[in-house]
Amino acid sequence: MVTAREVATEPNRQAVLEALAAVADPEIPAVSIVDLGMVEDVRVDDDAIRIELLPTFVGCPALDAIQLAVEEKLAAFDRPVEVEFGFRVPWTTDRITPKGRERLRASGFAPPDEATCPFCGSADVVLDNLFGPTQCRSLRYCRACRQPFESFKTV
Amino acid sequence: MTLSKVPSAAREAAAKLDAPRRDALAELLLTMADDEFVGGFMDSEWTGIAPILEEDVAMSSIAQDELGHAKALYELLAEVLDDGRDADAIAYDREPEAYRHARLLDLPRGDWADTIARRFLYELADEARLASIGTGYGPLADLVAKLRREERYHRMHVVAWVERLANGGRIARGRLEAALAVAAAVAPTVFTRLDGEPELLRAGILSRPLAAADAAWRVDLTRILVPLELALPPTIEHGPEGRAGHSDAFRWLWREFTSVRRSEVGAAW
Repeated sequence: MVTAREVATEPNRQAVLEALAAVADPEIPAVSIVDLGMVEDVRVDDDAIRIELLPTFVGCPALDAIQLAVEEKLAAFDRPVEVEFGFRVPWTTDRITPKGRERLRASGFAPPDEATCPFCGSADVVLDNLFGPTQCRSLRYCRACRQPFESFKTV
Repeated sequence: MTLSKVPSAAREAAAKLDAPRRDALAELLLTMADDEFVGGFMDSEWTGIAPILEEDVAMSSIAQDELGHAKALYELLAEVLDDGRDADAIAYDREPEAYRHARLLDLPRGDWADTIARRFLYELADEARLASIGTGYGPLADLVAKLRREERYHRMHVVAWVERLANGGRIARGRLEAALAVAAAVAPTVFTRLDGEPELLRAGILSRPLAAADAAWRVDLTRILVPLELALPPTIEHGPEGRAGHSDAFRWLWREFTSVRRSEVGAAW
């Protein structure tokens, strides 16, 4: 992966996107904000790098942490960074990339619309609770391997 | 932390409003935000003491959603008012009488049946209201599209509980019926006519009068309550008292939710 520091002074859209791919979601660190499809727009202007992000949930308490992480990650480009969150385009779970879905599975989360156990692959799972430890997650239980697991809510 | 989450497009849209439109929109945003804020805080009173662990998690998550929705609405309101107050100042720095939430959300938390009755009537009313927001003010229409995707989960949760209590034997049903009777008497206050409603309709910010949302809510309620042989809410004469003259239960809650803010002016957390 190319880091911001290696590309140094001349930011371009691709380099910025690659840097953003290293910004982990604070609540599910296995996936990045790019994996989750939160990055709606990246503009590299002469006076600033402008990033438009879509909150996964309106009340997501991780937004401040994400904004600070983005600013920190892009600081190496040596150009002001403007991060904007908006609802112009609603974030939906189908924005999660195939790689993001794979990373969710690997860390024990069932991706949205996938009612199979991320541990053993069984479809013999039940919904325990629509709500979970964060706004974006539900709780399920696998009757085959007897593991509780979390799944991403479909929105 | 108080990083602003309001997109620049919302600031530009707010700057273009003329005075009558700004006042009407501010009234709508304040009533919507106060409903979500006060209801959400009351829901959070279950954190740690809900009847079962799953419901402790569920009510805490729902409360977090509702407070987040309130925050987003207060942020839009702060841009519209542009009077130097940020979302926190609007949310916390008012005297109890200045809150404009509906009488339904003035009810005490009560027992589990009381909470389910209040949440059920409110969730469906909120849904009917959200479905009445037109495209006249882009930033609000965008936010509402997002809110509706999340509220769907609240509806599934509370409707399941109404069905469970209604079919749950004599004691559960009796308590639900008693709770619904109390909450239903004030539930239509969510649709209290706003002073600025004609202007909101002219501007397309509302796509239908709140009275029409009230009617849609009753159709929705009928589909759920009639098969369960539960009573529908009475129709009421709407007056300004629908969103004023708050209860002791609300004054108690107000002291709770403003306590940090009042104890340390300007505190950030």
